[in-house]
Amino acid sequence: MFAKNLSTGRKIFIAANFVLIMLITIACLIPIVNLLARSFSGSQAIIENRVTLWPVDFNLEAYRHVLNTGEFWTAAWVTVKRVLIGVPVNMLLTILAAYPLSKSNRIFKARKYYSFYFVFLMVFNGGLIPTYIIVSQLGLIDTIWALILPSAVPIFNVILVMNFFRGLPEELEESAMLDGASQWTILWRIFLPLSKPSIATVTLFSLIGHWNAWFDGLIYSNFTSNYPLQSYLQTLVVDIQSTLMSGDLDAIASAMNVNDINLKAAQIFISIIPLFVIYPFMQKYFTEGLTLGSVKG
Amino acid sequence: MNTIDKKRQRVFHLMLLLPVVVLFVFNYLPIFGIVIAFQDYQPGLGFFESRWVGLDNFKTLALLPDFMPALRNTLLIALFKIIGNLVIPIIFALMLNELRIKWFKKTVQTVTYLPYFLSWVVLGGILLDFLSQGNTAGDAGLMNRALLGMGLIDTPISFLGDKNVFPATVIISDVWKNFGYNTIVFLAALTNVNPSLYEASAIDGAGRWKQTWHVTLPGITPIIILMTVLSIGSILNAGFEQIFVLYSPSVYETGDIIDTLVYRLGLVDSQFSLSAAVGVFKSIISGILILISYKLADKYAGYRVF
Repeated sequence: MFAKNLSTGRKIFIAANFVLIMLITIACLIPIVNLLARSFSGSQAIIENRVTLWPVDFNLEAYRHVLNTGEFWTAAWVTVKRVLIGVPVNMLLTILAAYPLSKSNRIFKARKYYSFYFVFLMVFNGGLIPTYIIVSQLGLIDTIWALILPSAVPIFNVILVMNFFRGLPEELEESAMLDGASQWTILWRIFLPLSKPSIATVTLFSLIGHWNAWFDGLIYSNFTSNYPLQSYLQTLVVDIQSTLMSGDLDAIASAMNVNDINLKAAQIFISIIPLFVIYPFMQKYFTEGLTLGSVKG
Repeated sequence: MNTIDKKRQRVFHLMLLLPVVVLFVFNYLPIFGIVIAFQDYQPGLGFFESRWVGLDNFKTLALLPDFMPALRNTLLIALFKIIGNLVIPIIFALMLNELRIKWFKKTVQTVTYLPYFLSWVVLGGILLDFLSQGNTAGDAGLMNRALLGMGLIDTPISFLGDKNVFPATVIISDVWKNFGYNTIVFLAALTNVNPSLYEASAIDGAGRWKQTWHVTLPGITPIIILMTVLSIGSILNAGFEQIFVLYSPSVYETGDIIDTLVYRLGLVDSQFSLSAAVGVFKSIISGILILISYKLADKYAGYRVF
């Protein structure tokens, strides 16, 4: 752990720093591990509050129960639909906007008007109510499009990809043009293959955004059967709050090792499994993406 | 060349057509929709038939008993979040930068930025359970049990139900969600500090602490300034999703923010015009602050947003 020739003070510092970082890291995880342990615990152990960081009376009843719940699957399907449609829509519109905007004002004459059009929206917005009224007047309430179209052009992502395109050498485009390639071909055959890291980052942003979004599902659906998974969970979480406050835990406890707490915990954890699956990719690209997006002249 | 160039311009316009139309419908139309703040909007009548009332909604707004507390809460919570989300990641990045064991550093980062990727619904579900006060000390959440066990408190704290504690809970849990992610930015800046500066200062007899103070911190000052300046624009964003999940009527006094007020007025009470007026107020002030922050970022950090 220690390199040679270090002073005692330095050694103490390194050790203390190491321990402190470890404690902070563990502390970050405790709330999550606590609920995870409860999701695998028996009803009685939860009511008696015997669960801390490890399941007590380990069982999978809560998970089995959730997987047999119709509402859970309905909501999960809405989320899958919004991801399958929403992410490609986001990507298509992001790339279509980023490519022309990455050209200099000299090459793309009208660029400055378009950039004003985009920047204006980063500064001002109509707010919740006018947006809600527009979405509802267009008849999108209770359709999947209400979850996709209002956020179809993520301006932050456009900027990220635009900056990446700008970093590619101009000669690439010039030589391709001399060979008679159209702008579409240049974008599709040259720019996109060279921009994999930034495209991957933005795809992940969009994927996580759609997976995690819940407020739009809540306000743009009149029927709970149109709720995506996270909106459905929100209604459950609010329920936890009222259960915990009213405290009738014993009343809802059942003999089948399933109660409100472990049931909701199980749903929360099932909902984040897909995020864990893509977590290794996130780690790889997010750091890159973040540094790409920041400081750029 | 000229015809080729004309064709190229046309393709650029064509590419932008779809994004521009979508933004027009879902972002620009709502901006025009702000007119309802100056109307007595009735959904049945629409934008064109509703009666004009001038500034009446804004007068009502000024007299609304919930408005001033919401504004104050928004500013306080947002300010402390901005400070916490700058200071903690900087300190944590400095600590991580001292680590020499690669795998440990990587593991720590992986774990600490996990909450960033979870939604406030998921984190809210976790926190409501973890911070629960319970009815008796026996069924309190783990946080209270730990504090009781260590003898730091005598009775469980109502982290989410006590109006004096709620803002702190909100701020700390926000830092919990974000600090791992924010650390990445500062850590990247730290690794870019020129190593020869450390060698030079060591020759001049500077110890570790002096190096941190005179080399490391000045090295990351530009990025600190940039992040600070860019956060000015979010002073009216106290975090709607988080508060919406965590708050309850018992903490409205200290926990209600502008965005939650807009939501309750508009979508719960159906007072569209009044709610839109609150939204306009927020939009205009936020917009001006964002513009100022972009200008400052350009001036002091050479950062161009677009």
